[in-house]
Amino acid sequence: MYDEILKKYEPKKENLIYILHEIQDNHPEQYIPEDAVMEVSRYLSIPSNHIYGVMTFYTMFSTKPRGKYIIRLCESPPCFLRGSENLLRKLRELLNIKLGETTPDKKFTLELCACLGVCGNAPVMMINEDVYGDLNEEKVEAIIEKLGGQQ
Amino acid sequence: MKFYRSHILISVDDVSLQAGVKEIIAVLKQELAKNALDDEINVLETGTLGHFGTGISMVVYPEQVTYINLNKDDIPEIIREHFLKGRPVRRLMMDPSFIRRYDFNYKNRVVLKNSGIINPEDIEEYIGTGGYESWEKALLEMKPEQIVEEVKKSGLQGRGGAGFPTGLKWSFTAPLEADQKFVVINADEGEPGTFKDRLIMEGDPHLLLEGLMIACYAVGATKAYIYIRGEYKLCIQRLQKAIDQAHEYGLLGKNIFESGFDLDIRLMIGAGAYICGEETALIESMEGNRGNPRYKPPFPGVEGAWKKPTVVNNVETVSNVPAIIKNGAKWYRKLGTANCPGTKVFTILGDVTQPGLCEVDMGTSLRTIIEQYGGGMKEGKRFKAALVGGAAGVLLPDSMLDVNMDFANLKEYAAVLGSGAILVMNEDADMVDMLYSILRFFQHESCGKCTPCSKGTQQLLTLINKVRAGEGSKEDLDTMILLANAMFQTSFCALGQSPIMPVKSAIEHFRSDFEKRIN
Repeated sequence: MYDEILKKYEPKKENLIYILHEIQDNHPEQYIPEDAVMEVSRYLSIPSNHIYGVMTFYTMFSTKPRGKYIIRLCESPPCFLRGSENLLRKLRELLNIKLGETTPDKKFTLELCACLGVCGNAPVMMINEDVYGDLNEEKVEAIIEKLGGQQ
Repeated sequence: MKFYRSHILISVDDVSLQAGVKEIIAVLKQELAKNALDDEINVLETGTLGHFGTGISMVVYPEQVTYINLNKDDIPEIIREHFLKGRPVRRLMMDPSFIRRYDFNYKNRVVLKNSGIINPEDIEEYIGTGGYESWEKALLEMKPEQIVEEVKKSGLQGRGGAGFPTGLKWSFTAPLEADQKFVVINADEGEPGTFKDRLIMEGDPHLLLEGLMIACYAVGATKAYIYIRGEYKLCIQRLQKAIDQAHEYGLLGKNIFESGFDLDIRLMIGAGAYICGEETALIESMEGNRGNPRYKPPFPGVEGAWKKPTVVNNVETVSNVPAIIKNGAKWYRKLGTANCPGTKVFTILGDVTQPGLCEVDMGTSLRTIIEQYGGGMKEGKRFKAALVGGAAGVLLPDSMLDVNMDFANLKEYAAVLGSGAILVMNEDADMVDMLYSILRFFQHESCGKCTPCSKGTQQLLTLINKVRAGEGSKEDLDTMILLANAMFQTSFCALGQSPIMPVKSAIEHFRSDFEKRIN
């Protein structure tokens, strides 16, 4: 079922990270399932444990199903100085989940991330592909509400 | 070519996209058309204008009026007042005194000279500023050895953090005989507080490509990669567009300018790992592995990607090359200091009036950068500390405000220039919290390959948590320095060797903050 993606790439190990990116981006639950790992392993002729090692090394890849919206709050020093800890508390309250978890309605996953390189607008978070800057608790609440988060 | 009476340059980057800049551009074009001004006034989407936290912003040339915090309801007023009646709308303008400082700044720019001025998605605009002339000159008039020699003479140093002389690096790889050599651009910018490379790639992607092309010819590489972090979506998009355009114009591909030289550039997308900024870890990642660093020697210049000689350079470094080839090493040496020639892009963040970026001569003092380009301390509060160089940097107290910012000088103060990130903190900031944030970062980003780093970063975090909870002792502080020092001496790569800098500078310069928590 991953043929469409795999055939775009030459069966070389150097394409592994591209393939994983594409599989994850196209999966409705934004993760890389086990059957995909097995298929990639056969296609590239590399052991599945190597693929698992790569997946768990890079923070952008997930081995667990995730929500429709992946919230990645920056926790690096520039955002920390501007109060990212309070935003984390606020997000946990709003979504009623812990870090790394997904809401029961599968809408939101809450993650932390390292510097996103938009520090001029600290504190920032990324939701899927979009960057939200100059945040405060009210703005976070409004964003979550707009995306259909629970009250 | 069409002439316009005015140009509106509007800053399109990740943040403004989210804030709805596309909608504003649409309204702007619509309103201009409605008032029959679309023939006279041109709207250009460009890279960053250099100031942040000011919402959607645009500059109108030739009068150079900057409007900030725009929303779409402001547009009709600007059209009516500014473009029809010639009266700039004061309430939306940025403080002109600040703009004046920026003008001064623009004149000294080398790598950001086009950023915020040209349309980064149009190769013609880059060519219009003299772009790709250096590439032509290098390829048709110069021998590879001459280029290496010129870059050596210019004194250009790596802008990624370590400051290794670029010409010297090239000279290791250039004479080697190999069936394939590579040049890799390290665009995996991950040092907290650093986004200079993003600004170059977003604002002037062709400049990076031109520098890279010259580097490839100089060392004899026919394949090049730009390893870019996966989070930089807009950069990826613009660079890919720039590469495609360069192919169309025959600047890349086979037998370029009929010189017999072939070159291909490919983007490689990272997946979120700070360690991949280390050159050998980056190469591992390119090959489809976990980003664990390799043992050196052999250095990548001799045995790098797929065991072939590989030069790894930072984005800002190579972006200096076209200007050096065009104007010569002698000209370049007039910028900056004798030991560290050239300019440096700094990002100024934190408790300053106007967070932003500046490109200034190497050796400019920290005070000048904060006061002149950052607009001074926000709300008149007192300066307490600056974290210079990101997480792998040092915390400087106010007694060091007059230090000159260049690689050689900072080394004398046991500090580092690093990537050029300056995080300014006022009297309210607490250095225990700051150090906690830094150490948590290292603990998360340690790759796990060597014991001193993987265990050491965890232990440092445990200790700072203890201090933060009010359960620490003076001995814990000594232990932290001792441990970080042991990590410096025994860790496999620069990541584990770095925590000593923030740990030692925080505890030594701001001891009272720590003592408050440990009684």
